[in-house]
Amino acid sequence: MMMKKHRVFIIMTAAEICVLLVLILQSQVLLKERVAREIPQKQELVKELELTDLAIWTEARYTRHPSQADFFSPFQDCPSSLEHFPAGSVVAAPDRRESSGGTGP
Amino acid sequence: MRRLKILEYAISSLWRRRYKNLSIIVVFSFTIAVLASILLLTHSLRVEATHILQDAPDVVVQRLVAGRHDLIPTDLVESFKEIPGVGEVRPRFWGYYYDAISGANYTLIGLDEGAPPDLELLEGSLPASAGACAVGSGVSRSRQVAIGDELILVDSRNIGVAFDVVGVFRSESDILTNDLVVFRSLDLVEFFGLPEDRATDISVQVFNENEVATVAAKIKRKHPETRPITKSEIVRTYDAVFNWRSGMMLTVFFSALIAFCILAWDKATGISADEKMEVGILKAIGWGTSDILELKFWEGFVISVTSFLVGQILAFVHVFVFGASFLAPVIKGWSVLFPDFRFVPYLDLYHIFVMGFLTVIPYVASTIIPSWKTAITDPEEVMRT
Repeated sequence: MMMKKHRVFIIMTAAEICVLLVLILQSQVLLKERVAREIPQKQELVKELELTDLAIWTEARYTRHPSQADFFSPFQDCPSSLEHFPAGSVVAAPDRRESSGGTGP
Repeated sequence: MRRLKILEYAISSLWRRRYKNLSIIVVFSFTIAVLASILLLTHSLRVEATHILQDAPDVVVQRLVAGRHDLIPTDLVESFKEIPGVGEVRPRFWGYYYDAISGANYTLIGLDEGAPPDLELLEGSLPASAGACAVGSGVSRSRQVAIGDELILVDSRNIGVAFDVVGVFRSESDILTNDLVVFRSLDLVEFFGLPEDRATDISVQVFNENEVATVAAKIKRKHPETRPITKSEIVRTYDAVFNWRSGMMLTVFFSALIAFCILAWDKATGISADEKMEVGILKAIGWGTSDILELKFWEGFVISVTSFLVGQILAFVHVFVFGASFLAPVIKGWSVLFPDFRFVPYLDLYHIFVMGFLTVIPYVASTIIPSWKTAITDPEEVMRT
């Protein structure tokens, strides 16, 4: 006898929820393990080498060190020039509203 | 029981138009997978940056000349030390190097004199003497150098200088060290030809973290040509960079969102003649308006919940198993050295619930509303039209 369609749907949905839950639970186990192992090691690196930024975008100095960049770095080569680097579109302007000691543009 | 029968009928009805509905599920799942991938990726990077940058210098002081970052006089170190609450003050020597061989940019960092620390994420050691260096795994790959090899770089006088590679950072630290080359400070000063009394910037330790902003303000007042950058500003920068509202992420996010809106709008603006006829026949054989609405609710629910769950699973696997390999080219830009992402699976359940709320409910609503308009019309009229 063919299984009724609604049963197939309920079983499939339950299976999908189970897969998602397994992925979430597994990731949480992995998270604890990786946070305990990797984060202190990376913090040690940051502390000893006095690093300030992540090495993600190495194409320009203001994308390599967004936190250390001048306020108008993309436009330094020529005022009102267009942004050269694609990563500049990914990196949003930092929020300077609560800036403590920085100089505003 | 009655509800299950209506669900059974709804699924049978969907199955009759299976190619159309399957294609809707595929497009809908893909849209949700893109949206969820962006949320998972940016959240993971943001939380990781917040954690690992907790040990960044309390204040980094730059010097600005004509609005540009300039080398800072090292005699300011003593001036900063006089500020109450300030601990260690160290000049930092670092800069950028364009490597014509690989076409990549490296970040060169100088280490203080004294015994270098042992680092867990470093194979070998940091340079303890002149003429030695430690490199990130990206540099090691692009120049094909390992511990014991020589790394030849061209200095500011256009002379090739050979450094002994004594350490290579492990790939687990790529997010911080991929493009790094670490030297002794004196080597770096000589390599870049920096003036003797100048540094790139100065790091300032503040004993009480509540006083960091005050110390930064005092530095600024005392030396108006400087720009102090506090640790909280560094962390906040990454909060803004990896905010899903930022730049390209927003573009991708909204493209997917607009695709979803078009899908929902197409459903909401009307139902086909066949579907109208079906509603008319169901009413003619005795189905009530509420039964029709329940039927349409289940139709929308089956499609949207299936798509939502499939989309979430795909996003999860894409980001945390495959390192967001489809999105990586979008964020990579023109970087020659780009780290292999190993995202730490930080999850925000709030994002999952918001995604569920924003995708399932509008889709179900857009399925019910046009059917309700048909269901309240006289069945005879519906069947005639």
